[in-house]
Amino acid sequence: MKISPSKIISLLFFIFSGFYLYTAHQIQVFTFDENAAFNAKTFPIYLGYAGLIFSALYVLLPETRPSNVDLKVLDYKKTITLVILMILYGLTILRVGYFLSTSIFLVLSYIVLGERKWLWIFLLSFPFVAIFMYLLHGLLNIYLRDPFLQYIGIMG
Amino acid sequence: MIEGILIGLETAFSLKNLMMVMIGCFAGTIIGMLPGLGPMTAIALMIPITYGFEPSTGLILMAGVYYGAVFGGSTSSILINAPGIPGTVATSFDGYPMAQQGKAGKALAIAAYSSFAGGTIAAIFLLIAAPSLSKVSLAFRSPDYFGLMILGLTAVSAFSAKGHFLKAMMMVVFGLMLASVGQDTLSDIPRFTFQNMNLSDGISFVLVVMATFAMSEALTIIFKANDPTRVAKQISLSQLGSIKLDKEETKKMITTIPRSSVLGFIIGVLPGAGSTIASFLAYGMERNFVNDEEKQKFGKGSINGLAAPETANNAACSGSFVPLLTLGIPGSGTTAVMLGALLGFGIQPGPRLYQTNPEIFWSVIMSMYIGMVILLILNLPLIPYIARVLATPRTFLIPLILFFSVTGIYLMSFNNFDIYMMIGIAVIATILRLYDFPMPPLILAFVLGGLMEENLRRSLLISDGSWNFLYDRPLTMIIMITILTIIGWQIYKAFFAQNKMQV
Repeated sequence: MKISPSKIISLLFFIFSGFYLYTAHQIQVFTFDENAAFNAKTFPIYLGYAGLIFSALYVLLPETRPSNVDLKVLDYKKTITLVILMILYGLTILRVGYFLSTSIFLVLSYIVLGERKWLWIFLLSFPFVAIFMYLLHGLLNIYLRDPFLQYIGIMG
Repeated sequence: MIEGILIGLETAFSLKNLMMVMIGCFAGTIIGMLPGLGPMTAIALMIPITYGFEPSTGLILMAGVYYGAVFGGSTSSILINAPGIPGTVATSFDGYPMAQQGKAGKALAIAAYSSFAGGTIAAIFLLIAAPSLSKVSLAFRSPDYFGLMILGLTAVSAFSAKGHFLKAMMMVVFGLMLASVGQDTLSDIPRFTFQNMNLSDGISFVLVVMATFAMSEALTIIFKANDPTRVAKQISLSQLGSIKLDKEETKKMITTIPRSSVLGFIIGVLPGAGSTIASFLAYGMERNFVNDEEKQKFGKGSINGLAAPETANNAACSGSFVPLLTLGIPGSGTTAVMLGALLGFGIQPGPRLYQTNPEIFWSVIMSMYIGMVILLILNLPLIPYIARVLATPRTFLIPLILFFSVTGIYLMSFNNFDIYMMIGIAVIATILRLYDFPMPPLILAFVLGGLMEENLRRSLLISDGSWNFLYDRPLTMIIMITILTIIGWQIYKAFFAQNKMQV
């Protein structure tokens, strides 16, 4: 028997709702609130049941409009690389600083997606980020922590 | 009311706010023009910027972006037959054939004039309807609000999910679950935080919007190996033709615009329906109104066929502000994003908004007029130049969207945890999108989650824990019957369609 991806997602949501419901029951409420008509765990408990009901209905009822996705045409390589680049960007943005991490993220993303116009790659990374930072920092007074620019003495 | 209009005019006509409408319309047109990126993405990308502004200025900017994005969506529908948003699909039926006949300039002008007229007429309706409805909605109590919120969520799931009702309802529940993370507003008890301090304030609204729209739309384009800009490179954007309309063409538009405006506004007010349904209904209605000779031209470049959906989708945009401004309940994904932004400013829209913050209430309405005028006099002549944006390579476009998304959330929290969470939600949203799990119901539910819980809390406490409040008042009962009818109809449709398939 072949099960559709939408049903697998619904099944996962069913399990997630079950976990959510279990966690909702574990919420510690004040003793005087325990038997109140409404406390901190009332709404989440209803949500847990709603999640179980809707996902179970989807799993059990026949699919009238199945979603057809051709898995062979999906570009896994570029998508996963971009996600990894974003994670690395998130990892370095505080440690290295906004300017360098953002510029490197942009350069690598352009290259990953197949861009080879090097002048545009440069213009739309380092100078672009510098102007953007100036707008944020200089005009909107939004402070951006940047250890790299502090180290080379550009930022105070 | 006159006093309010004057306050609105004063606020909207300040130099800063006029600049914001212009920037908003311009930025919205550019973003809305890019196939795959709609008004929600455009507004989501603007939210971090608006947090430094006064609430009225921020909202005026977002309203400008909204109208600009709808207009931009029409442009890509007409020029390259790739609607930027679902609301402009019907525009491409007659707009694209006109462009193929060398009348792209004329088609763009008709779209701009119709959008202007539809938006303006609907804004007048809004001007009249909103204060009156605000007074009526003061009679609404917690059970009615609770019911209305469920109605909004159910209606959005039923109408906007293109036959995937159960998937949309799962997204509604998922959105409400995400909204429940963090400290309980009344008791401060932590919920679903797993002793992580980063979760104690809950999940940021901007984070969820950015992840489910801007970021996941960008990832989806890469994942599906789509290049929305490829078609644009094949057309000559300089050869758009004249934008002048002759007498007969103007006459045709004049008959179409009023009826499509009324229809669009009414559909826009209804929760969940929005500009897509309004534009399709207007197209269908117009086809029934015109004579047989004109009917033959539908789908081949009819002026009525282009003017009707364009008028209706803009009128629906204005109409969708009615439930947001009068009840504080958004009827669509886009107005849900706006509600989230308003809550971020510390403003609670609702029946008392026009008493407590008249400058916001009226300036938004006034800025709609200004936005329409700007779209007409600024964007229309500039379209041949703005349309070049369509040819921006995705190799530059996608990284820049990802960069704006990450920067947006980083500027709000200055911590890595939010960035990782945003990436995680974006990846999940990309997979869900692939299998037609719709995102607007999730956003609407996420925004309404806190308000829903608050109204359920009040209702249950007043009725001493009994669920009788759902049918004690006639108004609540009518709302509940409507909800049950929608759910019942959707489930019946699912079974009926299946039985037909088996036969």
